[in-house]
Amino acid sequence: MPKQSFLSRRDFLKLSATSMTAVSLLQIPGFVKQLQAAVAEVPVIWIQTGSCTGCVVSVINTVSPTIQEVLLAQVIPGKHISLKYNQTVMAASGDLAMQAMEKAAEKKGGFVLIAEGAFSTKDDGLYCQIGEKDGKGITGLEHLIHLGSNAMAVIALGTCACFGGIPAASPNPTGCKSVNQVFADKGIKTPVINIAGCPPHPDWFVGTVATILIGGLSAVKVDAHGRPLAFFGSLMHDNCERRGHFDAGRFAKKFSEPYCLYELGCKGPVTHADCPARRWNNHTNWCIGCGHPCIGCVEPEFPYDKTLYGVVPIEDKDKTPPATYPAVEAKLASPSVKG
Amino acid sequence: MSTKIVIDPVSRIEGHLKIEAVLENGTVKEARSSGMLFRGLEIILRGRDPRDAQRFVQRICGVCPTAHASASSLALDAAFGIAGNIPPNGRIIRNLIQGSNYIQSHILHFYHLTALDYVDVTAVAGYKGTDQSLNMVKSFISRGELAPFVPRYEGDYRLSTELNRAAVAHYVEALNKRRQAHEMLCIFGGHMPHNMAMVPGGVTEQVSVDKIANFYWKLQDLRYFIDNVYIPDVLAVAEVYSDYFGIGAGCGEYLSYGGLDLDSNPDLTKRNRFLMQGTISASDLTYQPLDPTKIREDVKYSWFESPSGLHPSKGQTEANPKKAEAYSWVKAPRYNGKPYEVGPLARTLVAYARQEPSVRESVNTVLSHFKAPPKALFSVLGRHAARAIECKLVADAMAGWLLELKPGEPTCAEFTIPEKGEGMGLWEGPRGALGHWIEIKDHVIANYQAVVPTTWNCSPRDDQGQPGPVEQALEGTKVKDKDNPFELVRIVRSFDPCLACAIHLITPHGTEMGRFIVE
Repeated sequence: MPKQSFLSRRDFLKLSATSMTAVSLLQIPGFVKQLQAAVAEVPVIWIQTGSCTGCVVSVINTVSPTIQEVLLAQVIPGKHISLKYNQTVMAASGDLAMQAMEKAAEKKGGFVLIAEGAFSTKDDGLYCQIGEKDGKGITGLEHLIHLGSNAMAVIALGTCACFGGIPAASPNPTGCKSVNQVFADKGIKTPVINIAGCPPHPDWFVGTVATILIGGLSAVKVDAHGRPLAFFGSLMHDNCERRGHFDAGRFAKKFSEPYCLYELGCKGPVTHADCPARRWNNHTNWCIGCGHPCIGCVEPEFPYDKTLYGVVPIEDKDKTPPATYPAVEAKLASPSVKG
Repeated sequence: MSTKIVIDPVSRIEGHLKIEAVLENGTVKEARSSGMLFRGLEIILRGRDPRDAQRFVQRICGVCPTAHASASSLALDAAFGIAGNIPPNGRIIRNLIQGSNYIQSHILHFYHLTALDYVDVTAVAGYKGTDQSLNMVKSFISRGELAPFVPRYEGDYRLSTELNRAAVAHYVEALNKRRQAHEMLCIFGGHMPHNMAMVPGGVTEQVSVDKIANFYWKLQDLRYFIDNVYIPDVLAVAEVYSDYFGIGAGCGEYLSYGGLDLDSNPDLTKRNRFLMQGTISASDLTYQPLDPTKIREDVKYSWFESPSGLHPSKGQTEANPKKAEAYSWVKAPRYNGKPYEVGPLARTLVAYARQEPSVRESVNTVLSHFKAPPKALFSVLGRHAARAIECKLVADAMAGWLLELKPGEPTCAEFTIPEKGEGMGLWEGPRGALGHWIEIKDHVIANYQAVVPTTWNCSPRDDQGQPGPVEQALEGTKVKDKDNPFELVRIVRSFDPCLACAIHLITPHGTEMGRFIVE
C-alpha cells in the first residue's frame, strides 16, 4: 500500500498556525493554541444494512447546523464528530474502508455506532453482506454484534433499526430484527437510543447527538420505546393544525378535502412526534399539511397490519369534550367597567 | 500474470455492491458485479391495501424514492381505471415533485458520490482567502482527523491547486443546493425523503399562488447553480481527465421507457413525455421504438430458485442465498436477448436520435467543446456530461410547467379500490428505466413487481454468460495500480448505481399480467 500523500498532523498544525496568524482576530496570544488543544474527537461508525439510505439522506438535510458544519466543524464547541465509516459519503472503498472501520473500533468504548436499517437473521444473515474477511463475506448481523459490543453507545437510526420497520413487516422474508432485539438475543448490554422515523427528521438526530455531546448519554431522557422525549414526547393529534376539524366533527371522506384526516386512516391519535410544530424540510410543509394522513412512521407498529390506511381507536383520555366553549373566568370588556 | 481485485463494499453509491475484477497483465479480463442485500418488498406487499403501494415502494430507496412513487402511481391509476382522469394540476405536480428529485439526485451524484475520485480535498490545507467553506475545511484539515475524506486511493489526483480548491468549495455549496432541492420538492410533496402527496389519481396537495412563487424562486436559484457551477465543474474535470472519454464504454445498447408526462393519455405507451422513450445502439445511432414484450429476466447467476428467462409479469421466485454458481441478488434483465444500459446517457441518446432540439444542441456543444466524436459519449465522462445536461433541461422545463398550475382547481381524481384490476407503470427515474406492475384481487394486492434501473446496469451474467453493462464497462480496462484501482471505481460510479433498488424485487407467484405494445 503506497504511503498516504497528505501531511502529518504536525505539519498541518504548523501550516494552519502560520496561516491563521494572518487573520487579525486570531492574533490574540495563546488563543489559537487553546482552540486547537480544546477539540475532542468523537469517532463515529455508521453502518447501513437492510436499509434504503433514506436516513442518511434525511440527516444530510439538516439546516442548522448544516451537514458540513456537523462533519467538518465543532458541532458543539470543543467537540468534533469524526465520521470514520459511512458507505454513502466516505472516500475509501473495499478493504481500505474496512480497515478504517476496524481501526475506529479497536478501542472498546472508543466510538459511537450509528446503526441504520434492519438486521436480517434468516440463513445466518446471508441476505446482507458488507465487506469480506479471508474471502468470506461479513454479514450485517456480524457487524452489529462486533461493533455493538464494543461501542460506547448505539444510536438506532430510523424505524427499521429501532423496531424492524418495513423489511420486518409480515411475513418478514429475511427474518429482520431491530438493534434491541439482536442485543437481547446476544446478551449485548451497550446502551441504545432509538431515533425512530421513516426516515427520522434530521433535527431529531442532530439534536440528540448534541445532547449527548453536551451532557453525556444520561442527558437524553427517553420514553418506554427508547425514543428521546424531547422529540417523541408529544402526541401528533394534540398539536395538529386540523384538530379543530376533528373537534367539530368535520372529516375528509376523500383526498383533497381540507378536513380532519382521521376517517382516511390518520395515525395522529397514536403517533408520538413533534412534526406538527417542527414540520419537514426546513419548516416547508409536512405530511398532514400536504393533505395526506399521518402513517405513524415513528411507532413500533409501523407499517401496521394489512393497511396503512386503517382507522385507529382513540383512547378515552384523548377523547374531546363536547364542542362548546369551556367555562372561563375572564369577563368581557364593557364601557361600564371602570379602568 | 493474473491478479484479482475485490472491492467490497463499493462506497459512494446507494446500497451494497461488490466488484470483483480478474486482471491479466494489468487489464481486466473478467469482472463481476454483485448486489449484496435482499429485503423482499414485493412479498411484503402481497395481501395489503393497494393504496399502500406508493408509500411502501418509496422505501425501496431513500435517494430516489420519488421515481418509485411515480411508477407506482401510474400502475395504480391504471389498475383503478382512472389513468385518463388525472387532472392537469395533478399531472404537473407529480412532474414537479419528480423533477425536484432529479435535481437533488444529479447534484448529489456528481459532487458527493463522484467528486472525491477526482478532487484532492487536502489541497485546501494552504488556503489563504476568506471563503467561509474553504476556511472550515482548512481548520478541519489542520486538526489532522480527516475522516471521511481519508483513507482513499492515492496517486491520481490531477487537478491544479486552484481547481481542487474551487471544487471543494463547490462540494460544500452543493450540500446546500441538494438540500434546497428537497425543500422545493416538499412544497408540494409534504415530506422528503418519501413524499406523501403522490396518491392514485394525482396528488393530495393543493395549488396556491404562494406555493407557486416559493417554488419558482427556489428553482431559479437551483438553475443558476446548475448553469454556472455544476455544468462548468463537469467540463473542467473532463478537460483534465479527458482519457476517461475513452474508458468504460460498456455494452453499447441503451434503453429508455420515457417519463415526465406532458399529457394524461390513458394509454401509457401513447403519452407525450418530456424524457423520451426508445432504444438505441452505439453501433448505428438509430432510434428504435421500445417493445416491452422483449424483456426477460435470467437468474442463472442470481440467488433465486426460479425458471430463468421469464417476462417480468410472470413466474415465481424463492430466495436461495446458497445457490451454487450464483453471485448476486440482482437478476439479469435482457432486452431482445442483450444487456441494455439505462440512465441519463441512454435518455440523452434516445432523445438525440429522436431529433429533440435542446438535447441535440447541448450534446453538440459539449462534443465540439472537446473536439470529440459522438463515440466519446459512450464512456465514463459521457455519462457524467449527459447527467449534467439532463439536470439543466429538466430544471428549465419545470419553470414552464410550474406556471401552468391553476390555483383552486383539482389536483386529484376520485377513485374506489376495485375488487380486481391490473396496472403497469413505466417511468424514468434519475438512474434510468423503471417499471412497476400490480395485480389486485379481492381488493388487495395479489402481486407486485418492479424492474428497476440498477437491475439493468448492475446485472450479473445471463444464462448465455453475457456480462451486464457495468461488468462489460469494466472488462478490457487497463488498471495502472492494482492497489489504487481508480479506473474501476470511476467506471462503476459513472453509472450512479442504486443497489437497494436493484434487488428489492422478486417476481411474484401468479399469472401473466397482460402485455402491451409500445410505439
